Amino acid sequence: MVTNITNFGRSGLSDWLMQRVTAVILLVYTLFLVGFFLGNSDLDYLTWTALFQATWMRIFSLLALVSLAAHAWIGLWTVSTDYLKPTGIRLVFQAVVALALFAFVVWGVQLLWGV
Amino acid sequence: MLQVSVYRYNPETDKAPYMKDFEIDTQGKDLMVLDILHLVKEQDSGMAYRRSCREGVCGSDGMNMNGKNGLACITPVSEVAKNNKLVLRPLPGLPVIRDLVVDMTLFYQQYERIQPYLINDTPAPAIERLQSPEERDKLDGLYECILCACCSTSCPSFWWNPDKFVGPSGLLQAYRFLIDSRDTATRERLSELDDPFSVFRCRGIMNCVAVCPKGLNPTRAIGHIRDMLLANAT
Repeated sequence: MVTNITNFGRSGLSDWLMQRVTAVILLVYTLFLVGFFLGNSDLDYLTWTALFQATWMRIFSLLALVSLAAHAWIGLWTVSTDYLKPTGIRLVFQAVVALALFAFVVWGVQLLWGV
Repeated sequence: MLQVSVYRYNPETDKAPYMKDFEIDTQGKDLMVLDILHLVKEQDSGMAYRRSCREGVCGSDGMNMNGKNGLACITPVSEVAKNNKLVLRPLPGLPVIRDLVVDMTLFYQQYERIQPYLINDTPAPAIERLQSPEERDKLDGLYECILCACCSTSCPSFWWNPDKFVGPSGLLQAYRFLIDSRDTATRERLSELDDPFSVFRCRGIMNCVAVCPKGLNPTRAIGHIRDMLLANAT
């Protein structure tokens, strides 16, 4: 057993499962948006804001945003442990990524509930 | 005449590794790469490589031939040489001891870590521990591994984390004991593998499957280990 304290779920299995679940959520969200654009070729501001004012769309969007953050964290954490061998550089990289993702989630909440 | 380029490095005398070229007369025959190495050694007796059984059983002469890992003794020159040129390098990713001889310690440490032996707490019966033909069938495609290290040293995940990622060879062996009906330590074995490196650093690149000289499929075995971990933990 190799110990780790900075990966997402403290277990390789949970990271692996989370990576796949979040990927499916992101795929469904992307397909939904593409479908929405295709079904509304004359898309205007009112339709667009109406979509994002609906509670289910806010839940769906926040779910996608949190999924993106988790997916990105697991992926970039893996990249950092593959390629960044000096501990200091790796920790700084991981901290920057974590801070950026946290900021994106908070910012996203503000955007979603600001419509 | 076959052009042969061989990786040379003697840490005691050379500052850096270099490639040395040889011209080998194959007399029109399609020799095995190991035969070519014998002919090279006739020209340069100081060149070092490992070999033993010369028939693909011992796994000593794993090396990188024109960019692809394999056993020199069972690889015909025609299969790897391009434009009549053969390029021989040591297995990638492991420290070079000399020329084509690599230090396999990291590889063996990972093998040791998966406890490659049967563990059974129940009292030993008077006869052998029996298996049904179906139970025995599950070991096919796993027990044949000869530990030549061709797969693990072609795996980028093993290159970056040879101290943490068990590697395709070790994981094939891990599954061989996980699936053995006579082994009672399945849970303990699985709990040793549930971290982000040991198994899950496998990214499905499948270089292991492409190079295995015995035609085994470590990626599939790793998938089975993941399934077992998932079944055990959800």
